[in-house]
Amino acid sequence: MRKKKIPFIEQLGVHIILFAAFLIMAIPFFWMVSTSFKNPDEIYIFPPRWVPHRPTFDNYIELFKTVDFGRPLLNTIIVAVTSTFLSVMLSAMAGYGFAKFRFRGKEKLFLLVLATLMVPGQMTLIPVYLILNSLNLLNTYAGLILPGVASAFGIFFMRQFITSIPDELIDAAKMDGAREFFIFLKIILPLSKPALATLTIFNFVGAWNSFLWPLIVATDEKMYTLPVAISVVQGQYGEKIALQMSGSFIVIIPIIIVFFFAQKYIIKGLSMSGMKF
Amino acid sequence: MKTRLSAILIFLGPALFIMTVFIIIPIALSLLISVTDFNVYAIFDWRNAKFIGFQNFINLFSDEIFWKALFNTFYALVVAMPLTIIFSLLFALLLNRGATYLKSFFRLSLYLPSITNTVAIAVVWAWLLNPRYGLLNWFLGLFGIAGQNWLSDPKWAMPSIIALVVWKAIGPNMLLFLAGLQNIPDFLYEAAELDGANRWKQFLHITVPSLRPQLLFVSVMLVIGYLQLFEEPYMLTKGGPLNSTMSIVLYLYRQGFYQFNFGYASAVAVVLFGIILALTAIQMRLRKYQE
Repeated sequence: MRKKKIPFIEQLGVHIILFAAFLIMAIPFFWMVSTSFKNPDEIYIFPPRWVPHRPTFDNYIELFKTVDFGRPLLNTIIVAVTSTFLSVMLSAMAGYGFAKFRFRGKEKLFLLVLATLMVPGQMTLIPVYLILNSLNLLNTYAGLILPGVASAFGIFFMRQFITSIPDELIDAAKMDGAREFFIFLKIILPLSKPALATLTIFNFVGAWNSFLWPLIVATDEKMYTLPVAISVVQGQYGEKIALQMSGSFIVIIPIIIVFFFAQKYIIKGLSMSGMKF
Repeated sequence: MKTRLSAILIFLGPALFIMTVFIIIPIALSLLISVTDFNVYAIFDWRNAKFIGFQNFINLFSDEIFWKALFNTFYALVVAMPLTIIFSLLFALLLNRGATYLKSFFRLSLYLPSITNTVAIAVVWAWLLNPRYGLLNWFLGLFGIAGQNWLSDPKWAMPSIIALVVWKAIGPNMLLFLAGLQNIPDFLYEAAELDGANRWKQFLHITVPSLRPQLLFVSVMLVIGYLQLFEEPYMLTKGGPLNSTMSIVLYLYRQGFYQFNFGYASAVAVVLFGIILALTAIQMRLRKYQE
């Protein structure tokens, strides 16, 4: 950055504004956690109490016992993990194909894949619902997972990365008689680790937070994912604020944990996605 | 040397097959369904849907709630987009300039809202905006400002939703701007200073032009994203009060999955797609013009 010294008063001003922004970003989280440990008599009081005087775990117990939040939690883990794994693998394989294979029509095919990025997801909502219905896949894990696993962005992202792997490495392996599958496993995948990690994080966060699809595909209580479950809890237990807050906490906290461990991949991925232009 | 067909099929096949079944065919189907009267009777036997030409689009044209949804969505877009860009850019500039000690801490905390689940955090916002026990009205009360019925007042419901949308959108855009700012060479500013340009002039003539690629990318993505506004109004207001927060996608969802008017809902989807295409094309054209 610039070498010139920044005057103290300006430094102070910058910090005050940033600290105010921090408060605005952090208070909803703090308020959610604080409320989730409160008894009803500490919730409906004015002025609000920042920290519960008699913290309680009752809300969390009720959440798992009465509302049965365990099932959507399990569903979400199954769906998010499986769809992330499948999506990253399919993206890496197709990305490798588009980056290094030689065949006629490759560029056109790739353009077709990119063109689907222009189409908003809502456009396919009703047809995919009808297709899943006719395949009897509504309210199944397959129905929750499959429609999202082939992502144009993922293929594009992996292709860009794999293109930068030198052809010489691949040609040398080919001389030794290695076939595409072996090259993919032993050369492409190990060298693409940073891109794979970034895509994994992005897909996982996306799958975990996904709402509109599961809302439509999972209408049976047993197949609810966490976001659907929390929207139902809000509707059914409108008065039980603490219950809602503990539910929100359960939905939000895994992603925050993932984020803390994977910050650098997220930031790298964002700057890569900005390079598209 | 050409790649063997079997390898092409193994590596590209699975992804392209799933894309065909779940994206490409559905896009075509969506266009088809939009010119039929596809409804609940046709779900289990598609033959029950009749071709009705552009009747759905004609009906949309005189559908008051649809116009309301269009208006609301553009209202959200027109207010939320500049706010998002201004705040993201402001925080990026502040982070880039001053805060050296706590830079990563502030960066992290501004980014966090964007990865949290919209549905879950909307539940928290509803609680913060609670007219009687909510933190916001308490806070305003400290300054003697009267609290509002944020989510049940048609005047305030949309601004409340916009606040949540902007709160969530600042982080990633700020990071994009920050990356752009770090690529601007220092000598540009030094030269400008020698020429006597003040801070504001430096910002206008060096920073903004240098950030043009980021500004274009951010605005295109924001337009696409904000036109698809759904989760926030679904959770906070269900489109109410008096349809004051009904968005295009929420209306599509209502028509499709409450009333099973799939033909009509598909027409809404086609219109949304058309709007997104048109606005993106305009933005791209503007960019070429600027260069």
